[in-house]
Amino acid sequence: MTDETLCLSILLFIIGATGFLVRRNAIVALMSVELMLNACNLAFVAFSRQLGDVTGHIYVILIMTVAAAEAAVGLALVVLIFRARNAVNLDEINLMKG
Amino acid sequence: MIPAIFFYILAASTVVFALGVISFGSPMYSALCLIGCLFSIAGIFALQSAQLLAVLQVLVYAGAIMVLLLFVIMLLNLSPRELGPARVTRRKVLGSYVLAATGILLLTRLPGHGEPPAPGLGNDFGSIETVGYALYTEYLLPFEMVSLLLLAAIIGAVLLTRKSKGGGS
Repeated sequence: MTDETLCLSILLFIIGATGFLVRRNAIVALMSVELMLNACNLAFVAFSRQLGDVTGHIYVILIMTVAAAEAAVGLALVVLIFRARNAVNLDEINLMKG
Repeated sequence: MIPAIFFYILAASTVVFALGVISFGSPMYSALCLIGCLFSIAGIFALQSAQLLAVLQVLVYAGAIMVLLLFVIMLLNLSPRELGPARVTRRKVLGSYVLAATGILLLTRLPGHGEPPAPGLGNDFGSIETVGYALYTEYLLPFEMVSLLLLAAIIGAVLLTRKSKGGGS
């Protein structure tokens, strides 16, 4: 089942990366990042099962924690930007663009 | 092979929901699709004898993180005008094609290396006891550091969204 899970992981990562590049809504971009992180989790679990080692599970727990922190801070930033500029479109957030 | 059938059903629903996340116009529908996707992944975790992770996936991801996301989506209450028109530029199309090509390349190169047979896993592989023991002995330092990261994220999020006394930030 490892090969199939890795294929699914690749597919999920590509879908997430495409969403991150194509969608210009900041919230949907954050969701795409979650998709990519979940693809990584799938790969970790597949390898963990393959090797009979529980280390992959530890990594997944750490990644979940980082994802939670990222979602909290990212959404706080989205709320702040919406208050300041009344937009969540990433194309319009170009204040620091040279 | 009952597990294989379940795996393919869950994998198909994962991919369909993931495509829904990136193709729906409204962020609310995207979020609901993401919840479905995370539940399917939790099922796959359970099939891969990672019981603790399956429970955590539902509790932490589909529970806590998605509730936070839905709260923000409802709080902002975006109108279609604020969402902006969907602009498809040449660069985006090109980037998608490159990504798809990368994915296909990876998919074709992946199988055929002959995976070694998975060792016989005990019943307690991936249970709370095994994972917890590894987490609190061998991986104690990363665990503590991640707790510090969470603390910093909590304080950062509260500080960022707090309205200052002077009015406006």
